[in-house]
Amino acid sequence: MCTMGSCRTGHNHAQFSDLAGVINFGADLADAHMPGTRAERIIRLERDILSKNGAFARANRDRLKAAGIFTLNLVSSPGSGKTSLLVRTIADLKHRFPISVIEGDQQTSNDAGRIRVAGTPAIQINTGWGCHLDAHMVGHALDHLPLNQGSLLFIENVGNLICPAAVDLGESHKVVVLSVTEGEDKPLKYPDMFAEADLMLLNKIDLLPYLDFDVRTCIQFALRVNPQIQIINVSARTGEGLPAFCHWIEWRASLMRRPAHASL
Amino acid sequence: MFDMLVAENLVDLIEEEGLRRSFSRVRAIRLRIGALGHVEPAALYSCFDEASEGSIAEGARLDLEMVPGEGWCPDCSEIVSVEKLYDGCRSCGQGHVRITAGEELRVLELEVE
Repeated sequence: MCTMGSCRTGHNHAQFSDLAGVINFGADLADAHMPGTRAERIIRLERDILSKNGAFARANRDRLKAAGIFTLNLVSSPGSGKTSLLVRTIADLKHRFPISVIEGDQQTSNDAGRIRVAGTPAIQINTGWGCHLDAHMVGHALDHLPLNQGSLLFIENVGNLICPAAVDLGESHKVVVLSVTEGEDKPLKYPDMFAEADLMLLNKIDLLPYLDFDVRTCIQFALRVNPQIQIINVSARTGEGLPAFCHWIEWRASLMRRPAHASL
Repeated sequence: MFDMLVAENLVDLIEEEGLRRSFSRVRAIRLRIGALGHVEPAALYSCFDEASEGSIAEGARLDLEMVPGEGWCPDCSEIVSVEKLYDGCRSCGQGHVRITAGEELRVLELEVE
């Protein structure tokens, strides 16, 4: 159920199909206009334009925190290998944590299907025309997942390095995935995303011998934008670097669950 | 960069206010926008045209109040002007500037009927 009570606006009505485990957004348009007065008037608002998402994100964060759920929002360009990385990571961690996944794409439930094959509950959100997940959509998806105490939740965002940077979902951390088949200057071209992320996974590292990608330069660019960002080189294909990523998750999850270190 | 995202959220917010405060048409929208790169005025105008189509904000005039970028440089111990996010301080070149203005994305008021 939508806890913020603003689903009545007519936009973003989620259509959930239990059979397919897919939530579709963006299917219907606003049509609930109220008749108003004819007299012109000035209405003072003084509000942040993105404040509505912020309220949904806070509600998600409170809900996840109460259940002790450690949540990662995975963001990247399309084709960086997020889903493959997730499938490998789940295989390595599923014996230690209950895990759930929210998959965001404009269309198809292919990614959720790949996660479910690995034996993990997954909800697919199709954003329709939307280029990113928002906190309202994620709140609906949470209603359909088993939110076990002390579990991990991975949210795989729509492949897009721009808008997801500005949209808080209520996650514990944003993790940006960059693959070495992209340019090493991506952190400079899309700085907001790298500034927002706490961890960068440099993926497809096994392909380095065949490419001119300069890892050192890429890391320098990422640190220029975000001096606090942590970086792990990984390969979803060979498994290189995944133990380090799993350790990072276990470490961060344990910090989150210790109230004295909640802000770390 | 986030022009469509901002335009869509703006239209949603206005639609909600329209229901709450019973107005059916918006003639003008006054916004305060920081200059540090999240929104490009020309792109925002065209995204707004698209996002507001069929809504109570369709055809409304956007009045933008732009706020220049500014930050506190701990190395210089003073407020410095900032032209681009993530650039170093313009006086000392160090990258420790904390932004204090220029990231605003606020809707100030609506002229409605």
